[in-house]
Amino acid sequence: MKKKALSLALCAAMAASLFVGCGNKGAEGSENVDTSGELTWRIGGIGPVTGGAAQYGQGVKNAIQLAVDEVNEAGGINGYNISFNFQDDEADPQKAVNAYNTLKDWGMQILEGTVTSGACAAVSNETYADRIFQITPSASSTTVTEGHDNTFQICFSDPNQGTVSADYIADNKLGTKIGVIYDSSDPYSSGVYQNFAAEAQAKGLEIVAAEAFTADSKTDFTTQLQKCKDKDADLLFLPFYYTEGSIVLTQADKMGYAPTMFGVDGFDGLLGVENFDVSLAEGVYLLTPFAADAEDEATKSFVSKYKEQFGDTPNQFAADAYDGIYILKEAIEAANLTPEASNEEICDALVAGIQNVDYNGLTGDNMTWNDLGEVSKAPKAVIIKDGGYVSAE
Amino acid sequence: MGFLTYLINGLSLGSVYAIIALGYTMVYGIAKMLNFAHGDVIMIGAYLVFMCTSNAGMPAIVSIVIAMGCCTILGMIIEKIAYAPLRKATNLAVLITAIGVSYFLQNMALLIFGSNPVSFTSVIPWEGLSFAGGQLKITGNALITIVVCLVIMVVLMWFVKNTKPGQAMRAVSEDRDAAVLMGINVNATISLTFAIGSGLAAIAGALLCSSYPSLTPYTGSMPGIKAFTAAVFGGIGSIPGALIGGLLLGIIEILAKAYISSQLADAIVFAVLIIVLLVKPTGILGKQIKEKV
Repeated sequence: MKKKALSLALCAAMAASLFVGCGNKGAEGSENVDTSGELTWRIGGIGPVTGGAAQYGQGVKNAIQLAVDEVNEAGGINGYNISFNFQDDEADPQKAVNAYNTLKDWGMQILEGTVTSGACAAVSNETYADRIFQITPSASSTTVTEGHDNTFQICFSDPNQGTVSADYIADNKLGTKIGVIYDSSDPYSSGVYQNFAAEAQAKGLEIVAAEAFTADSKTDFTTQLQKCKDKDADLLFLPFYYTEGSIVLTQADKMGYAPTMFGVDGFDGLLGVENFDVSLAEGVYLLTPFAADAEDEATKSFVSKYKEQFGDTPNQFAADAYDGIYILKEAIEAANLTPEASNEEICDALVAGIQNVDYNGLTGDNMTWNDLGEVSKAPKAVIIKDGGYVSAE
Repeated sequence: MGFLTYLINGLSLGSVYAIIALGYTMVYGIAKMLNFAHGDVIMIGAYLVFMCTSNAGMPAIVSIVIAMGCCTILGMIIEKIAYAPLRKATNLAVLITAIGVSYFLQNMALLIFGSNPVSFTSVIPWEGLSFAGGQLKITGNALITIVVCLVIMVVLMWFVKNTKPGQAMRAVSEDRDAAVLMGINVNATISLTFAIGSGLAAIAGALLCSSYPSLTPYTGSMPGIKAFTAAVFGGIGSIPGALIGGLLLGIIEILAKAYISSQLADAIVFAVLIIVLLVKPTGILGKQIKEKV
């Protein structure tokens, strides 16, 4: 009898929760009006604020908030303020789609996200079907933009990163025998590697070892490192994220192997891993379009505002995301849109409009976009020195 | 020289698998159930060691002892709450409960520790040995892991063979009903098994994270599955089987990575497992149990 009562109660609770869901949707609906009853731009953001890539999502979230506050203070876009809603996806495609649905229920018109490639590819399928304009600060895989006319990247695409890295290594003679370790289960990592390999061959760099790992075996790199060491690789190209990066550096140090380490934008955040011995990262190169120590006015003002508000030095993801809001502002103003437009109208207008934008931002001058959604801008290399990121030139 | 380095790395990885596999194999041998939460007890153990050493500044050995104590208690609590009430239920019900406990522990760890990875400081400060002018380097982690694994095996085999509680374990594993008739307290024996398995999990967690220094709430799940494979490989229910299975699995994994393909390493490991099971369905040291009619 007791059990029966309990299961009845549970059933009732489940049924009730179904109705609660409906109620919320109905109440918020697609009326894009904020709490004070004013018409606003509804810009959503998605990224990992917890999990293995949390530093990226956190940077993106903070920087968008910073840019949104600035824009609103200066009178908004075409006279309308922005309301901004950010959802966590833990860099997981499934959770990203859930986050996307939450934002859609909230009435999102434009999405700035997601932060990581795997999750972004899943979400861009959704935005493409729903006709919501999407600009990603940092998801660099081509799978994000391929076949989706509504998706644009602020960061370099993977092919671009691989090519530019090989050029940089060849031009600055950083190494002659190159070892590569990459994540074959991740489109970002293997994408960068393939293009790196192609360009390295064209530039006459010798790749002596190319070793893979997968998401299921991303804690033991001793074998891959040993193979690179046996082949006398004097430079390791490491196109993956900082969590694995910290393990590779620790294990290489234990083995007594110290080649030049060269990472791509995924290494940004390495210095923030809890309890990581940052002295191991000394001399690591990484390719990024943004260096927090740059001397120009825009960077200085962004870095000091970010530090003041969030107590942290912004990484390139934050800079990309900050640029994102201003790029959107420029494109929306050029297209002369108001928030009354439906998301389909906004999407179509921006897809055409962004290709005419020529934007000077934190992460590059004269940023332009092609119809594939790829950006064109000049890269910078950064080296880790005394526990901080410094321009390599 | 390369081959020797790979072999030692393989032995070290295999030793970690073997210590974890012990937890699976003892519980299976005695309680006839698969404790899929074992991998997550390892993760909890590693976090406890991390908190004691890095946050509270205690010496490594003290923190391992504390973690062992806490994990032992945790293992016994899990057994009492989640498994003991199901002792008469079907095997499938217990299996699903174990998976449930595994997810519970992972999510609890996510709540308490968050999902940001922490870089684990090795509990073994020793640099290791260097031979042939630095050509061959054996890390302290690898050596200590192998030694600890062998010591645990020997002690455990002696315990099961020569002590009263050990004999009770063997009796329960052979025939539970007959053991009850002989006056053996079956519940206490099963509790003891969980206690030993979970205590060892804390050691496994510290060693695992010392060699592969990244700790997240999901750290235990993949090594847990590999170690379970090792236990089946060596013959589940057999203590020396766990050792042989674990070591072989570790060596095959590393050598496959080194000499065949780093992308196919996991596929090769499991292909070998399938072949072994086809030839000897009970695993390398597994015994054929005759069904009494």
